[in-house]
Amino acid sequence: MTRDLLGIAAFALAVIAATVLLSSGVWLNAIMMTLYAALLALAWNLLGGFGGQFSFGHALFFGTGAYASAVAQVTHGVNAWAALALAVAAAAAVGGFVGALAFRYGLKGSYFALVTLAFAEVFRILAVSAGFTGGGVGMMLPLKESFANLQFGSRKGSIGLVLGFVVAALLVTAWLRHSRYGAQLQAVRDNEDAARAIGVDPRRTKLVATVLSAAFMGAAGAFYLQVFQYIDPGLAFGAHVSVEALVGAIVGGMGTLWGPVLGAAVLHLLAEGTRNLFGALPGLNMVIYGAVLVLIVMFMPRGLAGLGRSVRDVWKGGRG
Amino acid sequence: MAEPLLQLENLSIAFGGLRAVQGVSLALPAGTLGALIGPNGAGKTTLFALMSGFLVPDTGRVRYAGADITGRAPHLNARDGLTRTFQIVQPFAAQTVRENIAVGAHLHEPKRAAALAAAERVAERVGLATQLDKPAADLTVAGRKRLELARALATRPKLLLLDEVLAGLNPQEVAEMIPVVRGIADGGVTVLMIEHVMQAVMNLAQQVWVLAQGQLIAEGTPASVTSDAKVIEAYLGHGTAERLRAAA
Repeated sequence: MTRDLLGIAAFALAVIAATVLLSSGVWLNAIMMTLYAALLALAWNLLGGFGGQFSFGHALFFGTGAYASAVAQVTHGVNAWAALALAVAAAAAVGGFVGALAFRYGLKGSYFALVTLAFAEVFRILAVSAGFTGGGVGMMLPLKESFANLQFGSRKGSIGLVLGFVVAALLVTAWLRHSRYGAQLQAVRDNEDAARAIGVDPRRTKLVATVLSAAFMGAAGAFYLQVFQYIDPGLAFGAHVSVEALVGAIVGGMGTLWGPVLGAAVLHLLAEGTRNLFGALPGLNMVIYGAVLVLIVMFMPRGLAGLGRSVRDVWKGGRG
Repeated sequence: MAEPLLQLENLSIAFGGLRAVQGVSLALPAGTLGALIGPNGAGKTTLFALMSGFLVPDTGRVRYAGADITGRAPHLNARDGLTRTFQIVQPFAAQTVRENIAVGAHLHEPKRAAALAAAERVAERVGLATQLDKPAADLTVAGRKRLELARALATRPKLLLLDEVLAGLNPQEVAEMIPVVRGIADGGVTVLMIEHVMQAVMNLAQQVWVLAQGQLIAEGTPASVTSDAKVIEAYLGHGTAERLRAAA
């Protein structure tokens, strides 16, 4: 536990140092977007990596958070910080609802993935058709730069905000690694019947993980809104958000502390790199991006964070 | 004889047309080391699932420590001291032996460090002390059986249902495991085990129940049931008891 906490502190200090020292907008933007992607992956990892419940519709919670904050601020004039808290609460509530429903009926594996995907789609369609969401046009957050409005003139402020969420998600992950609840969650992931036989309530255990995971997705949605000041049903509930969350965690290493951060960073570099190198041939960057993803998933089932362990195993095996 | 810790009253369950368990009644006194035996497909594991709450009976009641627990969820039974192991071992494969056992210990131990320490003590009891840091997936069959036992034991059960903890072990490993099971019973845990290894049943059990085609056909001491004509026929076929007697 102490080692995890020291690691998180070191990580936060490194990001802060880089943010303070760097002045290039490109780099600051890269740091912010990587942290944002890491937040999505960390959120997904709480339920997918530690709970073994593969959601394909985490955009549901992201969009709920984004819309809850937007409606509160734009329609009801709520303060941005309060709206952020509201967004987290709304996403957690939706997580609780979907989780309760899915686990009540014992949905696992691909069925759980499909149900989350379906809920995200339903919410997207509702956001298009409902009046209070602004319909397909989306919602615009008026530009009012101030700390009280959670709108920062520079990227540095936004980095501070998203770093706060990332550190919180890392702390929750570290807690899962070293607590009774975390042990029970991983037991349910690895073998639900065996866990039940030794006193673990699988439904409650998975539900708590869903709520936690959804809350962080809600925070990410609210953050997105504050930075880009615009959301529409596709941006908020679209499949690309769900995919970004789960790919980051899978590539980085599910059920690990640093995997999602690592995965987000590598994917960001890969996406930027291919775009710069092959920008002249539109589409080729996506082909290469996809191919690298396939290779990572095929040859590194433990993800990038598990690479060290795999190599160590081979090394030890070779010497022993 | 002491008050029964576990009592089954006329328990039945059918899967479609297959009547897996039919009208089984038995009483297991506290402090007993009992064995449930019977040919393959007799319904022994199904009966265990009914006792522990993994299956809900069509008819009949399960009473445990004086309370009706028919159909109560397994995790609630485990909290009350009724724990089972699985015939097909179910390790948390991604985790180490220590972490596996700690999940059991966490049932009554909220603190992580205390649960890990308790896991070490339990590992000592079942002979897994040297393998604590191995991933569960790397254990041999015998090791996994021990782990299955250790995890259940870590929950500090009052009644332990052991589903073939000796199956798949070689004679050496069986001989090592028998004292472990006896030690658990001597420690005050009531044990009911499903077992095919007759050496263990004869050695360990004070009371034996024989299940065949979903029904109890005999009950008594190990010596009395193994000489029971109905039991011999259930295992070796109709008329065998007659022929054995004629040959003698």
